[in-house]
Amino acid sequence: MLRIKNLKCSYGSITAVHGVSLSVKKGELISIIGANGAGKSSLLLAVCGLMKTWSGEISFEDNSLRGMSPPSIVRAGISMVPEGRQIFSPLSVMDNLKMGAYTMYRKRMKAEVEKDFKMVLSMFPILRERADQLAGTLSGGEQQMLAIARALMARPRLLVLDEPSMGLAPKIVDMIFETIETLRNQGVTILLVEQNARAALKIADRGYVLETGKMVLQGSADELLVDDDVKRAYLGQDYGDFYDGRGN
Amino acid sequence: MQEIIQYLFSGITTGAIYAVIAVGLSMLYSSTELINFAHGEFVMVGAMAMVTFWVHLAWPLPLAILAAMALGCTLGLLFERFAIRTAKASNPIVLVIITVGASIFLRGTGMLAWGKDPFSVPSFSSHESIEILGAALLPQSIWIVLGAIGLAGGIHFFLKKTLTGKAMVACAVNQKAAWLSGIPSERMAVLAFAISTGCGAIAGIFIAPITMSSYDMGTILGLKGFCAAMIGGLGSLWGAFAGGILLGVLESLGAGLISSGLKDAIAFILLLLILYIRPGGLFAAKEAKRF
Repeated sequence: MLRIKNLKCSYGSITAVHGVSLSVKKGELISIIGANGAGKSSLLLAVCGLMKTWSGEISFEDNSLRGMSPPSIVRAGISMVPEGRQIFSPLSVMDNLKMGAYTMYRKRMKAEVEKDFKMVLSMFPILRERADQLAGTLSGGEQQMLAIARALMARPRLLVLDEPSMGLAPKIVDMIFETIETLRNQGVTILLVEQNARAALKIADRGYVLETGKMVLQGSADELLVDDDVKRAYLGQDYGDFYDGRGN
Repeated sequence: MQEIIQYLFSGITTGAIYAVIAVGLSMLYSSTELINFAHGEFVMVGAMAMVTFWVHLAWPLPLAILAAMALGCTLGLLFERFAIRTAKASNPIVLVIITVGASIFLRGTGMLAWGKDPFSVPSFSSHESIEILGAALLPQSIWIVLGAIGLAGGIHFFLKKTLTGKAMVACAVNQKAAWLSGIPSERMAVLAFAISTGCGAIAGIFIAPITMSSYDMGTILGLKGFCAAMIGGLGSLWGAFAGGILLGVLESLGAGLISSGLKDAIAFILLLLILYIRPGGLFAAKEAKRF
């Protein structure tokens, strides 16, 4: 569905992504994990059209995304939940959702939008309660739910999430990941980028590990969860635990 | 007493015109973060278009008004497309200077098109002026105030209730997120320009019957509108509107009660005071709020 070949992104003379390749098949939940500055976000910016200059090849459903503007990529079927939520704070929760459905309204699919309202509001009942509140007054977790709901309103065939757990309480993080899993089970294809590697790999089908702009590991999520390098570097076991653990 | 009421009437009338200019400026600022120093020239275009369409070509009044508005909007579109968008990546100060250049260009073009002589335009309707408490209220004033309220109400409705209006607010609030939601922000910017310069033209249409219109009338009106927008809090629709009325009334009272030489100075004294005491504007919320 999404295929990235030898993607290189740079900011001026600094290269953030050195030739990364990956693929997402229909119905899969793919996690990309890596530390801060590994190039995860740059990769997503290139996919959703916010980064202008990249080389290599990105194709979605066999059409190249080169030169496409972010709105036309949304129309093509990729929606992104941006890092840091980026909701429209002075607009009401309902209006935020309407903005998510902008492309749907423009395609004159009003009936479908009404259906989608019901769908996302039953998925996130708290948003129904807060429907007329300004989005800026929501808590961080609620804002994250709103950002996901807004992205879903465009009926994406591929949903891209950038660090959905960032800055949220652990309980809320669990809930967000449960939601992502539910979405996958409903047939949405998902590309998830996370620093919270354990949670991201637990729900994923396959995973990729990015390190300083290079793809260092890939495999099924189960394999990565037990991989020693991944454990050491991303699953929060310090060297002590790690070596002691190996001794047993 | 009678005098003061008379000053109030004329103050509210000019205030309503400043309000319309300020609303246009403020709306453009909220959606593109650009101060358009050519805004006053669109007021001139509106007024001079009335001279051509209504006085010279003798078109029916509604048609002349529509044509003048359409001219203002179209020029705004062309301005955005050929002057602003081509320099889009530049930093804001470059864009502001482009608007200053556009202002000089429009004034020059206006001079070539309409000459240097001032023109007068008759009132929209030929009713007698109404006497209230001994002061005369001109029918044109009623037209202007009603028109200004209608216009601001219309923009308010557009921004709060329509999908396109909300999308425009969304672009202003967070352009990146708007893009990622599939909102074509470039088209929204064009639309904001057209509406804003259309407001300018409407102010010109209103003002034409109560003053002499000439190619160089725009500069001072644009600056007054800017003062009004700053007084109300740049980026707030009703703040700009109230700022315009307040400025008009203070100007009229100051000119009448103190000295007529003070008329233009008042706007700038007020602007300096506002910038010194409340830089966010009188009606700005604590956090900079848009619309």
